Parts: sequence; structure tokens; C-alpha cells
Amino acid sequence: MGSNSIVSNRWMSEKMNCLDLSPNSKSDNEEEEVHVLAVDDSFVDRKVIERLLKISSCKVTAVDSGWGALKLLGLLDDDEEDKSSSSSSSSSSSAGFEGLKVDLIITDYCMPGMTGYELLKKIKESSSFREIPVVIMSSENVMARIDRCLEEGAEEFIAKPVKLSDVKRLRDYYMATREIRSVQSSSNVNKRKLQESFDVSTSSSPPSISPSPSPSSASPPSLFSSSAPCSPSSLDSPTRRIKMTSFD
Amino acid sequence: MLGWGVDRLRADMNRLLAMLFHQGVLDEQFLQLQQLEDESSPNFVSEVVNIYFHESEKLLRNLRGLLMDREFSDYKKMGTHLNQLIGSSSSIGAKRVRNVCVSFRAASEQNSRAGCLRALELLEHEYCYLKNKLHELFHMDQLRVLAAGVTYPPQH
Repeated sequence: MGSNSIVSNRWMSEKMNCLDLSPNSKSDNEEEEVHVLAVDDSFVDRKVIERLLKISSCKVTAVDSGWGALKLLGLLDDDEEDKSSSSSSSSSSSAGFEGLKVDLIITDYCMPGMTGYELLKKIKESSSFREIPVVIMSSENVMARIDRCLEEGAEEFIAKPVKLSDVKRLRDYYMATREIRSVQSSSNVNKRKLQESFDVSTSSSPPSISPSPSPSSASPPSLFSSSAPCSPSSLDSPTRRIKMTSFD
Repeated sequence: MLGWGVDRLRADMNRLLAMLFHQGVLDEQFLQLQQLEDESSPNFVSEVVNIYFHESEKLLRNLRGLLMDREFSDYKKMGTHLNQLIGSSSSIGAKRVRNVCVSFRAASEQNSRAGCLRALELLEHEYCYLKNKLHELFHMDQLRVLAAGVTYPPQH
């Protein structure tokens, strides 16, 4: 009995690995589109950056403030633990989803209320969002400002006015590094799966693969989400892991 | 037959644009915006520019309101408005308006009310010139589109 269950566990985990890997990489290919969250208080600039991104084949969500961005991401909730629960967390989200899945955040520096720098800090301080690359835009190229942003973990600092070549470069960079990120996350996922099949009952089915970039997707933030930057850090919390697998 | 109208309009538009570039009223960012126009977004430039006009006029009114107040002292607020104007002007390639705003901001940083008033006059002047010229440009473009839509003789 004992040896049977060990064998079946191992077999289950291997099977799951096979199941998980291919959908994972498949959804990576399916979701070629980069989803960018653009933050700028200027209506003119929002229109321009939106167009620049769309022309570069990116999906765009534009928001006019740092607070708006945090709300959309679902970062304004008390705790990340709350986000993984099934009840609709953020009252500000219309569809009751836990947060928008984005691949890249591009934000203006000078904004009333919360500056781009403060937004950057909040994102980098969050364990589920700090993997998301953040790019800062500014019309003032003050060295101290640039240094501060880069030190805080900004991917890049772009001088305004933003051009098509800037956006194309960003996108290419993101696509190139996405490969690396998804390899990292799937190797983490393998480890997690192996461990889980020993810890928890093997009735756990693979979480839903949700490649859809649509923000109205009601599925929980999948640990196998092809939005790879989020997944590695979400593996850290055991409580969350167990909560996730109860979603059969 | 109406083909020559389209070509002429296009030539006039190009001449106007060249003049605006030569005068430093517009810079290459405006060209960048034109490159973002396509069949899916054929009026992108005029849409953005109209948003810019709308926003700028609000800011200009605010600036004038601040300076007309005898007890005005909020140079910081003035600076905030100017930063917004500088940003949006550079985003559409309105070089001269942008530069005037930068000097305006310098005057506000020196807390010089007289300097600010002078700068505001200049800004309003530059802004009006830009708006008139861009309206001219868009008007010509509309005519060009209309003219291009007519085929002569009618196809059957």
C-alpha cells in the first residue's frame, strides 16, 4: 500500500509535469501579446502611449494615476492572501477579479498624488508584483531622479516624448527576457508539483490554464499563468498554494 | 479631373508643414504622431491635437486666473500647470509653445510676477498661432479627403 501510493504519487506528479509543461509553453506562444499597463495623468500622453503600444502589437490598459494602477492590479487590498480567496476582493473591480494581469508597467514620473517613483516602490515592495518590469517616463532628465528609479528597480528610464522606436525596443526586450522568465518559472513549478503530490492529496488537478489576457477573466491567478513574472513569487506561500489547489 | 485638387491640397499642406518646421513651431515629434496614423486610426493626429487644445486652454485659463489675482503668491501651483503644459506640448511636437513655457517656468521659480505676466502674454500668443495653423492644416486635410473621394468620370 505504502509503496503503491509512492509510485502513484510519482507517476501522478510526472504526468502532471507533462500536462503542465506543454500547456504552459503553449499558452506562452498563444499569448504572444504583451499586456502593458500605462500610467500617466496627462490625457494627451495617455492617448499617445496607448497608440504607440497598440501599433507595436501590445495590449494596453491606460490609467491616470498611481492609485488607479494599484487598484487595477489589486494591490490596494489589505493582503495578498485575500486576493487568492474566491470572494471578490477589490470592491473597485467591476468583475470581481483579483487583479489585472500585466506583463509590463510604463509610468510617468511626475504625477499628482503618487509619483511614478512611489508607484515603482509600491510595486517592487509587493511580493506578487515585483517581478513585473517597470519603466519610468519623464520629460525631465535629472540624473538624481534617473539613478533613484534605477536603484529602486526600474527596468528603464525613457525620456519623453516617447517615440515608436522606444516602445518597439521595450517590447523586443520584454519578449526576449520573457523566455528566460518562463523557463525559470516552469522549473520552479516542477519542484512545487513534486513536493505537493507528496504533501497534499493527489486529487489536486492542475489549476486552470488561463492564457486569456482579458481582465474580466474570473479565474484565480493561475500559478501556471503565462504571465510568467508573477508566478515565481506566488510559489512562496504554502497557504496560498493549498488554497489554489482547492479550486477544482 | 478633380485629381489636381487633391495634389494641390497635398502640396499646400506640405508647404504649411515645412514652414511650421522651419519656424520651429513644430518639431519631429509631430511627424512621429503622423506615423501613428493608419486605416484603423485615420484621425489620430487631429484627435490628439484636439485633446491637447482642450487641456491647454484649461491650463492657460488657470494661469491667467492665478496671475490676475492681486494677492497671487502660489508660484508652485503655477509651476505645476506649466509642467503639464510643457509635457503635453512636447508630446505633440509643439516646440515653440514648449520653449515659452520653460522660460515662463523659470520666471515663476524666481517668483517674478512681472516676468510671469510677460511670459503669459507670449505663451498665449504662441498658443494662438499654433492653434490657428494646425486648424488650417486639418481643414486642408479634410478637403483633401473629400476631394480624393470623388472620381471623375463616375464609375459604373
